[in-house]
Amino acid sequence: MKARAEALPTQEMLINMGPQHPSTHGVLRVILRTDGEVVVNARPDVGYLHRALEKIGERVTYAQYMPFTDRLDYLAAMNCNAAWAWTVEKLAGIEVPERAEYIRVIVCELNRIASHLIAFGSFTADMGAFTPFLYAIRERERINDLFEDICGNRLTYNYVRIGGVSADLPDRFLEKTKEFLDYFAPKVPEYNNLISYNKIFVHRLANVAAVTPEDAVGYGLTGPNLRGSGVPFDLRKNEPYSVYPEFDFDVCVGTGERGTLGDCFDRYMVRINEMKESVRIVRQAIEQIPEGPVMAKVPRMFKPPVGEVYFRAENPRGETGIYLISDGTVNPYRLKIRAPSFVTMGIFEKITKGLMIADVVAVIGSFDIILPEIDR
Amino acid sequence: MEPKEIFEKVTEKFGGKAVELQGEGFRPAFVVVSPESVREIALFLRDDPAMKFDSLMCLSGVDYKDRFAVTYHLHSLSVGHQIGVKAYLPREAPSLPSVDMVWPAANFQEREAFDLYGIVFEGSWDLRRILLPEDWEGHPLRKDYKYPEFYNGIKV
Amino acid sequence: MSQDPAQSGPGPAASPGSLGPEAHVMVGNADKFINWCRRSSLWYLLFATACCGIELMQAGASRYDLDRFGAVFRATPRQSDLMIVAGTITHKMASRVIRLYEQMPEPKYVISMGSCANTGGPFYKDSYCVVKGVDLLIPVDVYVPGCPPRPEALIDGIIKLQKIIDQKKNFAAKA
Ligand code: SF4
Repeated sequence: MKARAEALPTQEMLINMGPQHPSTHGVLRVILRTDGEVVVNARPDVGYLHRALEKIGERVTYAQYMPFTDRLDYLAAMNCNAAWAWTVEKLAGIEVPERAEYIRVIVCELNRIASHLIAFGSFTADMGAFTPFLYAIRERERINDLFEDICGNRLTYNYVRIGGVSADLPDRFLEKTKEFLDYFAPKVPEYNNLISYNKIFVHRLANVAAVTPEDAVGYGLTGPNLRGSGVPFDLRKNEPYSVYPEFDFDVCVGTGERGTLGDCFDRYMVRINEMKESVRIVRQAIEQIPEGPVMAKVPRMFKPPVGEVYFRAENPRGETGIYLISDGTVNPYRLKIRAPSFVTMGIFEKITKGLMIADVVAVIGSFDIILPEIDR
Repeated sequence: MEPKEIFEKVTEKFGGKAVELQGEGFRPAFVVVSPESVREIALFLRDDPAMKFDSLMCLSGVDYKDRFAVTYHLHSLSVGHQIGVKAYLPREAPSLPSVDMVWPAANFQEREAFDLYGIVFEGSWDLRRILLPEDWEGHPLRKDYKYPEFYNGIKV
Repeated sequence: MSQDPAQSGPGPAASPGSLGPEAHVMVGNADKFINWCRRSSLWYLLFATACCGIELMQAGASRYDLDRFGAVFRATPRQSDLMIVAGTITHKMASRVIRLYEQMPEPKYVISMGSCANTGGPFYKDSYCVVKGVDLLIPVDVYVPGCPPRPEALIDGIIKLQKIIDQKKNFAAKA
């Protein structure tokens, strides 16, 4: 057999995956060099959605930039809104009313659930199981309804403002959220029964593209991707901001339960488990939310002091860091967004060596990348 | 460790290569270093048992009008402290050593700084444009960048 | 079928309403028939570049269920009749959009979904790399405004497109 393989020389093939490919979650392009089915080299080519968000940041005011953070990571727009608000508040030293912080945490965690639902749905769809996608969207629509009550939009909310939130919660919002949580909590085990422990599904994910903890830290993976490699690091716990210290929740980490530590299955399971934790956080926040104002006094012509600040928040995809330089005028001087998906793509070339082409799809899905964040 | 201690340790080891400590108004504080020594200092910060900055959070280029800068935001997962490192570069032909062997996460972000600012990272194993097309002219995040009128015959 | 269906039907005299279960023939306007076929199976290309793409996905999924209108997503341009441009188009992407459009078979239609595809949207003024409207690249039939448009708005756009298709004259005499 071996002799025959030597007698039949094979040629490497160059395959272009994307930028229009359903499994790349947008417009990612991967240039694959393959030997038969085996990937010799997979090089990501990004930038097909580069919208110059950083340049725009230098040309608009602090408050005007809020809608653009929606478009930074549209699956977790609330989290991005809040990250921007927290950054500017840290720079200018604005005290935010406590009720506003609680509202932010509630909407952020709901958005985390919604984002992980899309991650779950589209990942399983990539793996060839379309039904879970429909289930995931069914639940997501209910979160969208809640957000629509708050701010009138389904995807790009622009709800969090510098100094608070744009309006208090509408009537019955907390009850409705509770109803949703009661409805949603039993769904997670349902997903597990539906697909997570399905034999074929596990086979496609276990032992594929395992990332060691050292690599994960060195390559700057964050969020569920880092925790999937077994590193228990969560900014909400380790570097708490806002009112997160008030809540009791666990940091989900990968355990290598079906294969190696840090494989695609671990990363997937971390997201599934995180949805449960978010449910816990929202429940506690609803219990503890105080009455009071929701907006601090922020002047209309808002001019923060001169300075440089780096703030990072735990978003569904990892650590969204914002490096903000102010020169004391109404516009930011420089604004750099450290997007988790962008940094994550750095490890892609390394871990896809030697995989099958179909596994590349699994890797992209398990990292849960989002393109506007990669390209900005 | 406090930024001040870190700065003192770096000065102790590298002497004048650590220029100053930018503390007031900077969160986290910056240790300003001379550009050509970035890689040695990065290695020291990563490997020294008291520092252990194993993760590079953010690498960014900055245009301060009269000069450029590259900033590194470092964080240590094991010790749990943060520090910024900054290197100022001249406007003409800005270049400094790459740190992608120290923290592999640097590669993509260096490519981004190269793309948007034109800062060259010497010794990088793969320095190409990343966000813009290969044939794009200029480096758009520079403060003096003029928007082109057409690109490939399409109005910009 | 070797048998000529025209022979076994009730004949041209019967009106369509009175056809029995054994009927094989319907008499009608060929234009109408072709247009009816076309508008009821608008397979769209899954071309989601940005935020609007999520609304496109949600429109196709559980609650809004685009399948009702015969619109099913396809992952390849070669099988699709309709291109829904959902999201921002950048200059780097522009040539790909044109290529995808050219790969679609005739007759083909384009819906531009969202402000970005219509005009450049929020990035119109300050962005150096966003194409200010996909109609600079390819012809567009229906524009759906919104940032992002709700799924209802997209459905309205598809119904508008169906109306456009309905008016098409396939056998018009050449001038
Ligand atoms: S129109 Fe708005 S929602 Fe749609 S892609 Fe553009 S920015 Fe995103």
